[in-house]
Amino acid sequence: MSPATWTHQQRVERTIAAITLVVLIIWPAAGFSSYWTHQILIETFLFGIAAASLIFLYAYGGMVSLAQTALFGIAGVILGNLATASGAGGTSKGLHLGWDPTLSLVLAIVGTTVIGLIGGAVASRNTGIYFLMITLTYSVIAVYTLGQVTKISGFSGIGGINNYTPGWIGNILAHPNRLYYIALGTAVVAYVLIRYIVRTPFGVSLQGVRDEPIRMGSLGYAVPLHRTLAFGFAAFLAALAGVLYVWWSGQIAPGNVDLPETISLLIMAVIGGLSRIEGAWIGAFAFILMDNYISTSTHIPLIGFGGTLFGGSFNTVIGIIFLVIIVISPNGLMGLWGRLFETRRQTTGGESPDAPAAPPAGPPKVSPDRPTT
Amino acid sequence: MSALAARIPSREQVGSYLTWRRLPTLLAIGLVAFAFVYVLFLAKIPADNGATNWRTTTFGSAVHDPSSFLKIVLDSLTFAAALFIVASGFALIFGLMRTVNMAHGAFYLLAGYIAYEVQQKMNGSPGISLDTSQVSTWEWLVPLLIAAPIIMAIGLIVQQGLLRWNQGQELRQALITIAVSVIVADQIIAHFPRTVSTGAQKYGGNAVDLTWPGWTDRFVNLHVGGVQYSLARLGILAIGCMVGLGLWLWLYRTKTGMKIRAGVDDEKMTSALGINIQRTFAIAFVVGCGLAALGAVVWASQSNISSGQDGAWLLNSLVVVIVGGMGSIFGAAAGALLYAFVANFAAAYLPSTGPDCCTQYSTIVTFVLIALVLSFRPQGLFGRPG
Repeated sequence: MSPATWTHQQRVERTIAAITLVVLIIWPAAGFSSYWTHQILIETFLFGIAAASLIFLYAYGGMVSLAQTALFGIAGVILGNLATASGAGGTSKGLHLGWDPTLSLVLAIVGTTVIGLIGGAVASRNTGIYFLMITLTYSVIAVYTLGQVTKISGFSGIGGINNYTPGWIGNILAHPNRLYYIALGTAVVAYVLIRYIVRTPFGVSLQGVRDEPIRMGSLGYAVPLHRTLAFGFAAFLAALAGVLYVWWSGQIAPGNVDLPETISLLIMAVIGGLSRIEGAWIGAFAFILMDNYISTSTHIPLIGFGGTLFGGSFNTVIGIIFLVIIVISPNGLMGLWGRLFETRRQTTGGESPDAPAAPPAGPPKVSPDRPTT
Repeated sequence: MSALAARIPSREQVGSYLTWRRLPTLLAIGLVAFAFVYVLFLAKIPADNGATNWRTTTFGSAVHDPSSFLKIVLDSLTFAAALFIVASGFALIFGLMRTVNMAHGAFYLLAGYIAYEVQQKMNGSPGISLDTSQVSTWEWLVPLLIAAPIIMAIGLIVQQGLLRWNQGQELRQALITIAVSVIVADQIIAHFPRTVSTGAQKYGGNAVDLTWPGWTDRFVNLHVGGVQYSLARLGILAIGCMVGLGLWLWLYRTKTGMKIRAGVDDEKMTSALGINIQRTFAIAFVVGCGLAALGAVVWASQSNISSGQDGAWLLNSLVVVIVGGMGSIFGAAAGALLYAFVANFAAAYLPSTGPDCCTQYSTIVTFVLIALVLSFRPQGLFGRPG
């Protein structure tokens, strides 16, 4: 794994990654725009984690899950119900149990993971497009349930959750940089964890299950169990993102996790590229930039129309961008990036002598075009 | 030999193994049986002193309150008919082309709003809803006959322009239709409803009513348990049955239907036999979109139309198709019936012991239905494996 054995692409990517990480670590200290630090970047980190859980399931398990946003919201609702004390959020609803924030945090993550395992077990004998349909129904059911059960949430949701952070984190309202570093750290941990998991025996057999479920089954691997566990792990990641989200925004409501938000998360993942985990954060960053600047801008140079198209809102713009990306590059921005190196390799004809010996360390190239029969 | 004999499980061991393995099945059967017994015999209306327990429901059981029970059965049947009209279109498209048309709900919504605008223009007395007595049969039929072709044309454009050259790439097609649904839903919010004059209700996808023709606005005495039932809802049932019959005749008694079924079974072989499969695909897609429009006009006349229903009807179509079996018309009928009965009975017969329990949990019962069906038949009730 020494730099000498890296391919050209790996060298470039790892250099960029290292520089980005250093910049991100010194960013708040450098005192750049607080809007960027505390809005755009924190949001990118946490939605990136949720998008990474979606990409993990697709790239390594062959399952397109639209339930990640719902799981994300479930974690937030559990935390909100357990951690807040009565009278906290003004008009907000919830149980207001006022438990210890650390305990609530653990219970929120564990509870969401368990719900994910149950949902995964139900859907585990299906893959591909069927899995997408089943998880979409999960997501819609979760939203309606949260909306109708006024005791735990109701349509107005729970507010003021960011007042109840664990003591070892402290007051994130007064010190938003703490949340920045927690979100950054969690994102890095989530990324490393995914990269680690896919190299364990479990991760390798999960990829076997993705490609050849029948063959893996006849070799004695429990195919539904692998999918269930993978879905449970993705639920864990979504729960991390959900907890960060309620700390960041302070509130969670069914409106934060319903169909448009589910689709937004899918759009982030697709913009970044469904084949590589890194794409999650790149897609989230691109989406959030567009969300913040297109929807507030009064005039966009190339599009015009005062930030909207045909009288619609940001959704029309993002819908068209999404459509164009699927049509042009199904693998998203990471796919375009990969293509850059493919053409380079062809034109220069192996200019780096160490390239052929490089281990295929990167995640497998799974194209969304892959026929799922 | 003794070592081998020791490894052969005894009768008791086999018996206990089987019981353990059958536990989930037994539990599921027990759950379903309990639900039946509860609805038929156990449920009770609240006592006079207001005391409630786990048997308290809004309506009494079938034995105690047969007329309410019958009404809920009829409600379920008519809802199932509307579900079937919409979901059969989704199932037709999915069954033939393996295309999950995520824009089905958005097409439903657009059809409802277009029909509303046409009805308002024809009637000439704009408002959020019209009085049924003002609406003639033509003022209901013409909106349908304008909305459906528009949706079919949009469907054709989407299919020919975006989906056709991605045939076989299921995920890409699903993503494309998601993008279409995002755009359509956003444009609906920007431009509908138009005819409403009052400022706050104009645009923004606010709720408006389509209206049934006046002659349907009466109750029919069914002479069973003294039930008076809405003629309009019985009309939905009739339309649903006609759609089902029409689809069956079309798919099983005509040449186009034969080609479609051949395409479902083996697309490559069918086209190798000289059948223009692309035209068949286009026909099926257009008919599927037309069914979404028909369902929208029918159900929006009964209920209303408002933004957000695109998601609800996409969910409805998905549940019907997942439960009934992926992409079969009979599956869609069975799925629609099961889903409608479970949803309506859960809303009516979950214990109501106060504001916090339990009727608002009815959507979770839908999840239980999906979970039960998928655990025993992953491909759905009428689906074929693979």
